[in-house]
Amino acid sequence: MCSEGEFVSITALMSALQSEVSQGPLGDTSVTWILNVLFYVIFVVFMFYGQRIQTYVMIREVEGSLYKLKYIKEEGRKIAIETIKEIGKPQTEPSTRVDRFLEYFTISPQTLDPAGVVWKLEHILDVRDTRFKDEVKLMAPAADETQANNLENTLEAAMALNFIYKVIRHYYLLGKKTLSLYIIMQIQMILPLIMKEAEAYASALKAFAYGQPIGDGAGALVAAKLMHGYETRKIAKDCVVATAPFEGRSAFVIKAEGPGGNVGKPGDAVKAVIEENEGKIAMVVMIDAALKLEGEILGEVAEGVGAAIGGPGVDQYKIEDELLKYHIPINAVIVKEDIGDAVSPMRKEVFDSVDNVIERIKQVVLERTKEGDKVIICGVGNSIGIGQ
Amino acid sequence: MTETKASAPTTRISSFVLMVVFVVLALSFAALIFGVNILEQNSEASWILMLLGFFGVTLSTYVLFQTRRRLSKLKIVIPPVTTTIECKKCGFKNVREFQRGDYIFKEGENCQKCNEKMLITAIYREVKDKDKERLKPF
Repeated sequence: MCSEGEFVSITALMSALQSEVSQGPLGDTSVTWILNVLFYVIFVVFMFYGQRIQTYVMIREVEGSLYKLKYIKEEGRKIAIETIKEIGKPQTEPSTRVDRFLEYFTISPQTLDPAGVVWKLEHILDVRDTRFKDEVKLMAPAADETQANNLENTLEAAMALNFIYKVIRHYYLLGKKTLSLYIIMQIQMILPLIMKEAEAYASALKAFAYGQPIGDGAGALVAAKLMHGYETRKIAKDCVVATAPFEGRSAFVIKAEGPGGNVGKPGDAVKAVIEENEGKIAMVVMIDAALKLEGEILGEVAEGVGAAIGGPGVDQYKIEDELLKYHIPINAVIVKEDIGDAVSPMRKEVFDSVDNVIERIKQVVLERTKEGDKVIICGVGNSIGIGQ
Repeated sequence: MTETKASAPTTRISSFVLMVVFVVLALSFAALIFGVNILEQNSEASWILMLLGFFGVTLSTYVLFQTRRRLSKLKIVIPPVTTTIECKKCGFKNVREFQRGDYIFKEGENCQKCNEKMLITAIYREVKDKDKERLKPF
């Protein structure tokens, strides 16, 4: 509602406009006529071309993000090449090899007949891993094992950025070519999430290049704290185990071998420890970083049951299969963080949560096992920047 | 998390946005001129028009200035990562910037107090969450 004063002001303004208009060359009625026609033209234009205008606006929005993604992708490539030159001391210029590496792809196995698909997938992933390691060795001959693992992770982050850029570019160009609202809308709607992920990978690039611990390593850090000071031995590919006393029980603590960046094969490691002990394991506790929902606190610790492990599912399958064979209970403790925190240098909140996780494990073990029992504590995650 | 400040030579401002800004700017100038013209006939309406014109010019200039600023730089900013080194014997603690080659549980330099080997016990980054206060009620 407007007051009397405001009404007077508006009336005065309108009459001033009217008097000015009537003084114009076209006169009062002509202007009203023009305004009416203009209104109808706009109405008709929006009625027929509203969707097209909306499409153009969305294309512009995607275009802006695409420029940003292009910059991040190019930065990623640059960081990878610089790190290879600095650490690997290659004889030739690594750019061509890096560009080729960024275009690598992996074809997942056929699932028409799902029987045995896990083993097929495992084989493909093993081949991929060996291929990546060989490529890194060729690119950076002077890098030691830890540096080579970190370089491999750096290249994988650059590869992820390259892929994100190409997919967004695909939808952008397709949308521009077809001017289909529905094609461009698909990508525009999820764009904020994609940008968040891309920025997380950009951050991960530097962390991997410098060998800094990342948020995903929360599980590996818990295991490292529990096994520190005890003798470790290799149990599976890129995995170590230490036997440590834990609240009157005997704990087999497993983690990926650090400080190089790798996640190892926790599935094989858990299986090997269970087989070594002929299934006489009272409980398995798995610790991993898990994606938090918006509103949840970073570094919050939660407890549950099941195999807490991400990735393509091969390790989870192996662990579940082995546990079923001997009817061993499995508990999980997770540290909550978002995708950005998981792949970028470890945040203080995540680091501080490690002591809470250890307290939770103690509680679970004390409540659910007897003194003298054997338990497996498996810290899952990338061990970059985390020794043992 | 990484902050990516938009945008560099690789970035361009949407021409649609620019068009809208320039239309607003032109209308605001027109309102200003119109306001000045009718000042003697109707001072109240004139002041309102001039106020509107001034507001429009300020707003569109600000938007143009902002887009110009967005064009200036784009770089990936990584918050500093700190390394904590501890002496297990005397408890002496040293916090410094992360150096390449540092990792948790790596034996570092000798202790300044007791000359024992020190151990890297923590590597992390601290981030001030800007959204925390804004989203606090939930």
